[in-house]
Amino acid sequence: MTRLLRMIALILAVALSAGAARAQSADEAFTRLGADSFSDTNRAIELLIAGAHPQAAVIIEALAEGRLLAGGGAVVVKTKDGKLLDARTGAALASEPPGLNPVRLNNGVRRNIQAALGGLGLLNPDTAKRIAAAEAVFKSRDVSLLPVIETAISRETDTRAKAALRQAQAAILIAKTDAPPFDRLAAVDVLRERGDQDALATLRSLPGDASPALKDAQARAVADIEGKLALWRTVQNLWYGLSLGSVLLLAAIGLAITFGVMGVINMAHGEMVMLGAYTTFIVQEVIRARFPGLFDYSLAIALPLAFLVAGLVGIAIERGVIRFLYGRPLETLLATWGISLILQQAVRTAFGPTNREVGAPNFMSGAFELGGLAITWNRLWIIVFAALVFAALLAILKLTPIGLQMRAVTQNRRMASAMGIRTGRVDALTFGLGSGVAGLAGVALSQIDNVSPNLGQSYIIDSFMVVVFGGVGNLWGTLVGALTLGIANKLLEPYAGAVLGKIALLVFIILFIQKRPRGLFALKGRAVEA
Amino acid sequence: MITRFLIQGMDKRGLVFLCLIAAIAVLVPLANLLLPPGSLFHVPTSTMSLWGKYLCYALLAISLDLVWGYCGILSLGHGAFFALGGYAMGMYLMRQIGSRGTYGNPILPDFMVFLNWSELPWYWYGFSSFPFAMLMVLAVPGLLAFVFGWFAFRSRVTGVYLSIITQALTYALLLAFFRNDMGFGGNNGLTDFKDILGFNVQAQTTRAALFAMTCIMLIAGFLIARGIVVSKLGKVVIAIRDAESRTRFLGYRVDRFKLFVFTVSACMAGVAGALYVPQVGIINPSEFAPANSIETVIWVAVGGRGTLVGAALGAVVVNYAKTVFTSGFMAPYWLFALGALFVLVTLFMPKGILGTAQDWWSKRRKPEPVATAEPAPAE
Repeated sequence: MTRLLRMIALILAVALSAGAARAQSADEAFTRLGADSFSDTNRAIELLIAGAHPQAAVIIEALAEGRLLAGGGAVVVKTKDGKLLDARTGAALASEPPGLNPVRLNNGVRRNIQAALGGLGLLNPDTAKRIAAAEAVFKSRDVSLLPVIETAISRETDTRAKAALRQAQAAILIAKTDAPPFDRLAAVDVLRERGDQDALATLRSLPGDASPALKDAQARAVADIEGKLALWRTVQNLWYGLSLGSVLLLAAIGLAITFGVMGVINMAHGEMVMLGAYTTFIVQEVIRARFPGLFDYSLAIALPLAFLVAGLVGIAIERGVIRFLYGRPLETLLATWGISLILQQAVRTAFGPTNREVGAPNFMSGAFELGGLAITWNRLWIIVFAALVFAALLAILKLTPIGLQMRAVTQNRRMASAMGIRTGRVDALTFGLGSGVAGLAGVALSQIDNVSPNLGQSYIIDSFMVVVFGGVGNLWGTLVGALTLGIANKLLEPYAGAVLGKIALLVFIILFIQKRPRGLFALKGRAVEA
Repeated sequence: MITRFLIQGMDKRGLVFLCLIAAIAVLVPLANLLLPPGSLFHVPTSTMSLWGKYLCYALLAISLDLVWGYCGILSLGHGAFFALGGYAMGMYLMRQIGSRGTYGNPILPDFMVFLNWSELPWYWYGFSSFPFAMLMVLAVPGLLAFVFGWFAFRSRVTGVYLSIITQALTYALLLAFFRNDMGFGGNNGLTDFKDILGFNVQAQTTRAALFAMTCIMLIAGFLIARGIVVSKLGKVVIAIRDAESRTRFLGYRVDRFKLFVFTVSACMAGVAGALYVPQVGIINPSEFAPANSIETVIWVAVGGRGTLVGAALGAVVVNYAKTVFTSGFMAPYWLFALGALFVLVTLFMPKGILGTAQDWWSKRRKPEPVATAEPAPAE
């Protein structure tokens, strides 16, 4: 312990008056390292730090990991990839000096190394390293580093690093029973400011002998942080719900269009999503094989292709099968189910039953933090994408002639036909559009889900629920339905568990349908009794 | 009087069906038990069990035809009633295992011991008694159908909306029964049965008796369904199928008729499930899968909806084809065939095998076309 304190004093000495007799102390340090006795090694560490040797960090790290070799008057650092460097200068060695042996360690030396590394980190010129070191101290709450931290705080200019150092100091003070009471109270405040899970754990570790005032402050800080964390958790769940809702929206919106316009439940809709995902897979395979440089654009290339593939398959289904089943929605349901079985099996035969790997481009991977919120880029982009698709569809329905015709057919098919709208063509285009949108959804889902022949199956029932809940003939109904179900699902999950939450939601929808048999945004008028 | 009514109301098709099933009920078990294995007419036990399974499916198909073919309710959740009946039977069979399970616990089934449960959940009480279990086979699916139908029909949920929420119902049950803490064996379901009414489930004689019992229940189910559809009540039900609003305006309480038919149908599906479980030897949550229920619909569509006999025929034909397909080199193509069946039957044979055959037959007998009195079934 005395040695440790002495060492810390030395670090301080360095910090305060850099540049004592460096050269000779360095020489002495290397001689002592070469001697390879524990006490000499300890002294050498002190000297290296006191002399602020430029190689000190490298040498001490190597020593900690047993990569510091000494023998025959030479001290050599062996790098992680096996190269030999002269410890004194950091220059690479051409040949291996004879008689090298690793410098031995015992627990005392290891402790010193740790303290030295911690101290070196706190005074490191690199701000990010200083913050990381402060975080490490915050977690370890090593009392012996308190003086170093105080020095570091006094010298610190960067605000973030200063805050991190203050938090580390507070974490130590909380546990230090002989610290001045006022400092400890201030430490509680610092931790409350920090307000995360670690701060909470640190606050809870307050020793039992604390004064009533301190205990009171601690209790209030704990309650404060818990409240804040609970709030963030709810926000996080809302975010997950929004993310799930956007996925549901993507999967369901095409279904809502075909259901709304044609009164047809397309059981093969999930397979259109799957086709979109497999299109992405093929595009990426081609890009990997031929044009590796384009990988970041793979999704942009896959989007129109997926829209085309799924849309064309959709039109083929409409022209080949569904056209003959108009006015018989239940038969259509069965026929499209048959088609979904065929498509699934076709994909299984072509690509195998296992999951296929679809990579994420750079802008989709990784995550960032926003307050207490962890946000992954792929989820964020999918929400943006869902919003774009929704806006585009809304624009198509409201602003284009075909959209006008679609709405007319939705509201009254016979009247629309009497006004000269070619309902058959509108049906085919609607089905193509709905399926194409499903293909787009497939591109997005390939980023967050397994691309397998069963991909569509796992979304189809949820999509139905969204459509049935939201009502048909109105895209806003689908939006509200998808977001409500997504958010409700994620908010229920912490209380009921994933499965039970889902069951509760299904039961809720079954009951909801009793109240509003045509969904939230029901179409009014004669079309209802069609 | 009831017998007279049944015989009178029976058409030729129904009589042929009844005689055929009655003959099978007697002959197959006899051919299995009495003839030596080398004989030409010997029926192996495995074949008998397989056909017993088909006949359970036939009963399920008849129950679905009753609601879909005659009342226009396309239930995509009939597999749920089937599975619930099966679970009720499975619970009885589990209790009969007694202390012969792997863990030797006289009261708790193996999976509960495995999950460290200390006592039987309340809803397992009574299932050691056969009559109670049989009551539950009828009551549980019946009650669920009654409650579900009560809400759905009163608020006039019809058409695809009803189909979708029946699918949601079976999907919710699927998720629920997969949970271990529901107390129904979770993923693995109930299996390893030993005895039924004191007889070994695996024994040849028990299997033969189960087969005969399946035939008898199929006959009973057919007669009940037939009795309903030819009665005055049945006429109203058919009217509901063809023009629901008009029937309502004529003063009939449409929701009550629908509820009655739906509940009877669910009970029938439950019985089918109860007979299925001892012959197959396992019941697990996959029976609740929405895909199963949709497959049941295609049996009915293939055989001919609204004919009862056709539904049974369709169930046997499709399942026989499935067995043939999936056991040979054509196994990977079964789903293609099944999918094509869905598409082709709805496109080209909307009346199914039986309906098409009947059209063909009547055309041959009466060459000049007559305006069909029967309106096409509405959705």
